[in-house]
Amino acid sequence: MSAAKLVHGYEVVIGFETHTQLATQSKIFSRASTAFGAEPNTQACAVDLALPGTLPVMNRAAVECAIQLGLALGSHIAPRSVFARKNYFYPDLPKGYQISQFEIPVVQGGAVSFFLDGEPKTVRLVRAHLEEDAGKSLHEDASLGGGGQSGIDLNRAGTPLLEIVTEPDMRSSEEAVAYAKELHKIVTWIGMCDGNMQEGSFRCDANVSVRKPGTPLGTRREIKNLNSFKFMQQAIDFEVRWQIEQIEDGHAIQQATVLFNPDTGETRAMRTKEDAADYRYFPDPDLPLLVIAPEWVERVRSEMTELPRAMAERFVRNYGLPEYDAATLTQSKGMAAYFEQTVKACGQPKLASNWIMGEVSRRMNADGIDIEQSPVSAARLGALISRIYDSTISNNAAKDVFDALWNVSGDLVVDAGALSTVDAIIEAKGLKQMNDSGELEKIIDEVLAAHPKNVEEYKAGNAKALNGLVGPIMKASKGKANPAQVNDLLKKKLG
Amino acid sequence: MSDLHHMGVAELAALLQTKQVSAVEVATRFLARLGGNPHNAFLDVNSEVTLEQARASDAKLAAGTAGPLEGVPIAHKDVFVTKDFVTTAGSKILSGYRSPFDATVVRKLRDAGMVTLGKLNCDEFAMGSSNENSAFGAVSNPWETSHVPGGSSGGSAAAVAARLTPAASGTDTGGSIRQPAAFCGITGIKPTYGRASRYGMVAYASSLDQAGPMARSAEDCALLLSAMCGPDVDRDSTSLDVPAEDFSSDLLSPLATAGREGGPLVIGVPEEWSEWSEGGLRNNDVSFDVLLPLTNALHQLIQLGAKVKRIHLADGNLAIPVYYIVACAEASSNLSRFDGVKFGHRAAQYGDLLDMYQKTRSEGFGAEVKRRIMTGAYVLSHGYYDAYYLQAQKIRRMIADDFQRAFAQCDVIAGPVAPTTAWKLGEKADDPVANYLADIFTLPASLAGLPCMSLPVGLGEGNMPVGMQLIGNYLDEARLLNVAHQFQMAHPELHNAQPGSLA
Repeated sequence: MSAAKLVHGYEVVIGFETHTQLATQSKIFSRASTAFGAEPNTQACAVDLALPGTLPVMNRAAVECAIQLGLALGSHIAPRSVFARKNYFYPDLPKGYQISQFEIPVVQGGAVSFFLDGEPKTVRLVRAHLEEDAGKSLHEDASLGGGGQSGIDLNRAGTPLLEIVTEPDMRSSEEAVAYAKELHKIVTWIGMCDGNMQEGSFRCDANVSVRKPGTPLGTRREIKNLNSFKFMQQAIDFEVRWQIEQIEDGHAIQQATVLFNPDTGETRAMRTKEDAADYRYFPDPDLPLLVIAPEWVERVRSEMTELPRAMAERFVRNYGLPEYDAATLTQSKGMAAYFEQTVKACGQPKLASNWIMGEVSRRMNADGIDIEQSPVSAARLGALISRIYDSTISNNAAKDVFDALWNVSGDLVVDAGALSTVDAIIEAKGLKQMNDSGELEKIIDEVLAAHPKNVEEYKAGNAKALNGLVGPIMKASKGKANPAQVNDLLKKKLG
Repeated sequence: MSDLHHMGVAELAALLQTKQVSAVEVATRFLARLGGNPHNAFLDVNSEVTLEQARASDAKLAAGTAGPLEGVPIAHKDVFVTKDFVTTAGSKILSGYRSPFDATVVRKLRDAGMVTLGKLNCDEFAMGSSNENSAFGAVSNPWETSHVPGGSSGGSAAAVAARLTPAASGTDTGGSIRQPAAFCGITGIKPTYGRASRYGMVAYASSLDQAGPMARSAEDCALLLSAMCGPDVDRDSTSLDVPAEDFSSDLLSPLATAGREGGPLVIGVPEEWSEWSEGGLRNNDVSFDVLLPLTNALHQLIQLGAKVKRIHLADGNLAIPVYYIVACAEASSNLSRFDGVKFGHRAAQYGDLLDMYQKTRSEGFGAEVKRRIMTGAYVLSHGYYDAYYLQAQKIRRMIADDFQRAFAQCDVIAGPVAPTTAWKLGEKADDPVANYLADIFTLPASLAGLPCMSLPVGLGEGNMPVGMQLIGNYLDEARLLNVAHQFQMAHPELHNAQPGSLA
C-alpha cells in the first residue's frame, strides 16, 4: 500500500458495508415478487407477513448471486454456511427477527482491485452474507398537520440482500468512492444487482475513523445509507473534518451510527454504542445449513459472464490493444459489447477503440447518454471505419459522416444495411476521396505546370518543397484527393 | 347405530366405505356429544362447516372417489392453523385469529377424506404438561375430572378418551403427545422430526416441534400417520425429503421374527430410567403404580416373542436442562412476531411504540409463556450464549449419539412415559420446576428427533391410566406401530378400557 494521504497530519481509515439488493424474481424466503414500486403491501405474502405457522424456504437464485460475487472477487465460497436470527423489535420487521448470516457467511475473503489516478489499489473483503431486507416505515409528520401515525409497507420485507463487508483498507474519500464505483461496476456487470442507487438497490455504509500515522486504529463512526457517489464523498469529507476537529479540541470520538443530511452537508449521530442492542443471534432452526457443493459452484462459473478484468486481458491479447484502451473499454458491459460488435463489423480493433474512446465518448458525454442509447449503432460505426480503412473517405470526412449518423439517424431508412447507409451519406455529402488516378494525374500535371519554382527546388534536393505542391493539389481536388496517393504520384512524376 | 362414538378410525372408515353409515350420520353423532363442551376440550366448533364437509364426503363415497379415511371425524390441536376455525394456540394474544390458509397436516388429513369437528384446547403455545396453561381454561381428565389430562395436547387426549372424537392431531415438542396420551389412556405417536410438515403449526420450538396422531389404538394411529406425513420441502425447509409411507404395512409381523435378520424383536430398557432385573423394574424416581403395569407389559411382550435387554442412556439426565435452554431460546424468538402490529391482540390504550409492545405482550401472554420467553432471551444474551445455548447444543448431540449406541444393541427402547399418573388439577400449578422434572422420560427422544409413542398398559392408583413409551430409531415408525399393535391384539382390554364416566 502506498503512503497514505494525510489530512492535517491525520490518516483517514475507511471500511465499507454495502447492501446489494439481488436481482431475483422472488423474495429470499418466500414466493412473493420483488418488483419495485407496487402499491403498499400488495407484494407481501403470508410468509412475509410472518403469519403464524409460516416458514422460510431458501431461494436458490439468491444463493447463485452470492456464488457469482464470490467467483468475481476471488473469495472463498463456504461449502457450508449458517443462517442466523438477529432479534429486535420494530414494526417493519414482521417476525421480530431478521434472518441473516452471522458466524459463518457464504462468501469469505476476496478483494476488489481498481485504479485511482493511475495507481493500482486493492481493498480486501472480510465477507459477504445473505440476508433479508426489512419493510419500510412511513411516518406522518404531526408538525406538518399529519396525525403522527406510522404506516408499514411490507413489499420490501424479505427482499434478498447480499451485504459486502470490507477490511478498513481505504485511506481517503476518493479511494472510498473509487472502491464503491468499482464494486458497483462488478455487481451490475455480473447481473446480480441492478445497481439502482435511488431505489436503494446499492446502499453503502462507511465506517470512518482517523488516527496519527503509526498509531492504533481510532474509534469509528458509521455513516449509514449513502445512496449516491456524490453524497458519499461529501459525507466522508465532512465526517473526517469533524472527527479531526473533535480530537484537536481534546474530545474523544464516541462510537456511533450517523446519518448524512445532503441539505446541510453534515453528518449527525442517530445512536451511540451505549444504546446498541443485544441482537441475541442464534442459528435459525427453521433453515438447515446452506450447503454449496463444488458442482454447484462450477456450474455457476460455467454460466457466468466474462468478468471485466479477464475481458480486458483478452482485448490486449486478441486485439493487440494497449492496456489503457482495454481497461477503458471494459468500464461497462455495454461499452465492451459495443466495441466487440464494431470490431466484428470492420475488423480494425485499434481504429474502433480510437473512435469509441474519442468521438463516440465525446458525443455520449455531451448528450448525457449511455452507450446503449447511442444513435450510432456498432454496425454503422464499423461500416464507417471500414470506409476509412479502404480509403473511400479521409479521417476528417469520416467525422462529418459520424455527425450525420448521430444527428439524423432517426430519419434514415432503418432496414438499409449499415454499409449502404454510410455510403449513402458519403455520396450525399460528396465526401468520397478521389481515388481515380487518371483524374488526379490531370490535376497534378496542371499544378506542376503552375509551380515550376517548387519543382526545381525539390529536384535540387529540398524535400520540403513538395508540401508547397500538395496544398494546391488538395485544393484543386476540393479535398477529395487521397493525400497518400497524391504523395505517391508526385514522387513518381518528379522522381 | 348407537355405539358409533365407541368406534375407532379403522372401524368407522370400513363402515363408511361400505355405506353402512353416512358421513353426516357420523358427524352428527359426534357433534351431539360435543354439546356443552365436556371437559373443556374444545376451543372452537362450527357444525355448519363440519356438516358441509361430511356432505362432501358422502358425495365422494357415492361417486367412488373417496379417500382412505373419507368421512371419519378428526379434531385438531389449536396450534394447527385452519381457515374454517379460529386458531388461538391456547393464547389470549391470538384470540379470534383466523388463518388465511390450512396447515399442511390439516390439508393432508382433509385430502384423505377426514371431516373436521373443531379445534382442541392445549397449553398456551404448547408450553406445559398439564393443559393448565391454556388462556381458555384447564381441561379435565375424563378418567377423573379432578385430575389433569396432561399436556400440552391435553384437549386432544381428553377428547379421544371421552369419545368426543375418534381421532385428534397433537404436537409433541418435549412429550406433548406421549404424556397426555398416557394420562388419558389412549395411543399417540410422534414421528421422526421432519416426517410431518411444520407448515401451519404455530411454532413453539422449531427444532423440536413435530405433529402426530392421537387415537385409541396403534392401528388407528398408523392410518392417521400415513395420511399426515410426507415431504413438504417447498414450504418447510426442515421437512424430510422421504416419500410418504404406509405405516400399517408391518402391523401384523409377529414379534418373534420382527427383529433384525428375522430374529426376535429386542427391546432395550435403559437402566437409568428403570432397572430391569430378575424380571422386574425398579426405580426410586418412578412411582410403583407406574412400574407395575410396565413390568407386566414387558412380560407380555416377552410372551409374544420379544426379548428384553438392559441398555444404557447415560446422558439422559441432562435432557431437562438442555431442553429448557433450547426450547426457551427458540420460543423467545418465535414468539416475537406477536407484537400487536399485524394480527392478534393489541393493547387498547398505549403511549409510544415501546409502551404498545409492552402492554400488548404483558396482556396477551400467560405466566408460563412469559417465563419461557425470559429464560430464552437470557440464554441467548451476549456473554451467556456460549455457556448455555452452545453448551446445550453440544449435549444435545451427545444425547443423540447415546441413542445410536443403544440402537446398535436393540430394535426399540421401552420405558415409562412419566414418573407418575395424572396429578390433581392445581397440584403443581405454582411449581414450574416440578412440572419440568416430570418431563424427564419424554425429553431425550425429542432432543434426538427420534420417533416415539405411548400406549396404554394398565391402570395405577385411583384407576388412573399408565402408558408405556416406545422409542424407535430414525424413520422406524412402522416398527413401533408393529410392536404396539401386536401388544394391543393380544391384550385388547388395555387400550379398550374406558373412563368410568362412559360406562
